[in-house]
Amino acid sequence: MIEAVGLTKRYGDKTAVYNLSFQVRPGAVTGFLGPNGSGKSTTMRMILGLDNPTSGQVTIGGFPYRKLPNAPRQVGALLDAKAVHGGRSARSHLLSLAQLSGIPARRVDEVLGVVGLQDVARKRSKGFSLGMGQRLGIAAALLGDPQVLLFDEPVNGLDPEGILWVRNLMKALAAEGRTVFVSSHLMSEMALTADHLIVIGRGQLLSDMSVRDFISANSADFARVRTPDTEPQLREKLTSALTEAGGHVLPEQDGGLRVTGLPLPRISDIAHDTDVRLWELSPHQASLEEAYMRMTQGAVDYRSTTDQKAGLMQQLPPGAQPPMPVPGQGQPGWYAPPSPQQGGQPFAMGQPPANPYGAPNPYGAPAAPGAAMPGPYGPPAPMAPHAPSQPPQGPAQDAPAVPAPDAAPAAPAPAQPAAASPAADLTKPEDAR
Amino acid sequence: MSTPQPPMPQAAAPNWQAAPGPSYGGYTSPIPVVRTHLGHALASEWTKIKSVRSTIWTLGVFMVLVVGIGLLAAVVVSNSSSEMNGENPLSLGFFGLLLGSMCIITLGVLTTASEYGTGMIRTTMTACPSRSRVLAAKSIVFFLVAFVVTLVASGFIAFVDASLLENNGAKDPSAGEWLKGTVGVSLYIALLGLLSLIVGSIIRHSAGAITVMIGAVLAPLVIALFMFSQSLEDVRQALFEYSIPNQLSVFYSNSLTESGPSGWDPLWIIVGVTAVAFAGAVALLEQRDV
Repeated sequence: MIEAVGLTKRYGDKTAVYNLSFQVRPGAVTGFLGPNGSGKSTTMRMILGLDNPTSGQVTIGGFPYRKLPNAPRQVGALLDAKAVHGGRSARSHLLSLAQLSGIPARRVDEVLGVVGLQDVARKRSKGFSLGMGQRLGIAAALLGDPQVLLFDEPVNGLDPEGILWVRNLMKALAAEGRTVFVSSHLMSEMALTADHLIVIGRGQLLSDMSVRDFISANSADFARVRTPDTEPQLREKLTSALTEAGGHVLPEQDGGLRVTGLPLPRISDIAHDTDVRLWELSPHQASLEEAYMRMTQGAVDYRSTTDQKAGLMQQLPPGAQPPMPVPGQGQPGWYAPPSPQQGGQPFAMGQPPANPYGAPNPYGAPAAPGAAMPGPYGPPAPMAPHAPSQPPQGPAQDAPAVPAPDAAPAAPAPAQPAAASPAADLTKPEDAR
Repeated sequence: MSTPQPPMPQAAAPNWQAAPGPSYGGYTSPIPVVRTHLGHALASEWTKIKSVRSTIWTLGVFMVLVVGIGLLAAVVVSNSSSEMNGENPLSLGFFGLLLGSMCIITLGVLTTASEYGTGMIRTTMTACPSRSRVLAAKSIVFFLVAFVVTLVASGFIAFVDASLLENNGAKDPSAGEWLKGTVGVSLYIALLGLLSLIVGSIIRHSAGAITVMIGAVLAPLVIALFMFSQSLEDVRQALFEYSIPNQLSVFYSNSLTESGPSGWDPLWIIVGVTAVAFAGAVALLEQRDV
């Protein structure tokens, strides 16, 4: 059990962590999320007694780390995979750590086997790849067979097989009753691994709840409605009827509709009343990634902008088209804050998401000048010119007319990991054994 | 992939219940938990110092310098003339040791500062939250290694020089001179290395700490050389007398001046300086963020 109370850390006039209080319980994998520079690593260092908090305290099992008797037998940590002397062999490195905490030397060979480094045990770690370094770091964390484990970005640089292994390792460790605290930027990974989430931004606690609650609280759950592809006029009809009834309707790439603000039975009733047949009416939960982006967008310190190459480009010959911006540049302005009626918005948005360069952004209300922001996906008006451009029948992916930038944020795929996670929980651990 | 938790053969749980440690539910390791002490840290630091190449390189170069230069000096003196005029033959080991001390300084600094350079220090301090214990273990292990290596090198060259110059009019060194010329200088050089280790821990940067230490060894002597003003004569004298090369030569009883430190004084001086630096380093270590 890790318990932080009012944890604050200042470096000069920069506050890295401010008034952070949380608990990490045993028997579960707790994810620790936050944008770059939000104070995750600083918090981890304070937990391990490496940095002294400016105020507040953090304890492990009731003791500050440096007061723990034989701390490495209670707590294992992977902070930085490169925190080894490159000139020392993997085995010597682990052996020195084992000796420091009175662990028998044969335990070193065991953990080398656990992380799969037994063949390079006597090689100098300077020549290790990022993934091998990560495995060595995990070996060091497991060395003392501790009941509290901290991992900072454990899957960095690992191959898919290694990622699967780490995922199962975390779950297995938690299932044994240990406390597992993992920071990561890989949302899909966290959705599969973590049971509980602690999210910080700019050094402050944004959220401390279970993964399921987190997603529900920070994303607009929506209903997907599909009308017969063969009759596009039904789609228009239903859209206007749903909008009249107070729902927000967004067309999707493949011809479906994304409806928010109306419960499923009501949508069905409206469709029935307007004489529209439905091919699909399904509830959808947004992905962890989307929920995370929503929550942290106001707390992101390092935000990418579009590479304009202003003043560096040659004069275009007359009649030539300026190149379209490639999708992916700049921060997507798509993760608009949930509407007030959604609730669950603990963090006040500092600034509206900026999308100054006007990348094609059909759903982004902030990009639409003068538009009020009534719902999470913005008013339907800005999309009006876009919607008809979609081919009325057939999957839209076939159509070259659809600009590519839509695909990235609007793809329905992100909903899958979250939906699949309970099933994965049940099936995956067996692979590890 | 392997199982995350392999079965532990020694899981018989003999005494872990008696071992210290908070029990707050959850998982309990079958590996017995022992109370750690300085001995564990010493074993760990010994593993560390012997498993990096910089140790072999710096100590190898040190041996080559001390033995090579000592032999060269002895051969030159024994071949050119027969005038040692009753001097101490052990003093010919001085030149090699002065140059070799740079290697010991480098190794001393690297023992601590390289951990900061690589980030290893965070791993070490996580594995042993008692920071002063780590520094103490490093100091003891390094001091013993440096002392033994210097003693072997200086002892060997002292015997060779004494036997080579026996017929050149050199005096037969007394037991006290033997002790100072071997154990004395070895203690001094090892303490100089220990001081470097402590400076490395304070500065936490290899190149910076090595520069500081080499400056400390050479600067006073060089500055004093160019101090011609009459009014600075006292300062010049003190810089000469207390410069590290001169203190080293005191062990061979051929100091630059008649006044200043003599006998075993240099050893007491560096013991004092090192003790103060060690206390400062421990205070800083406990206080600073790793």
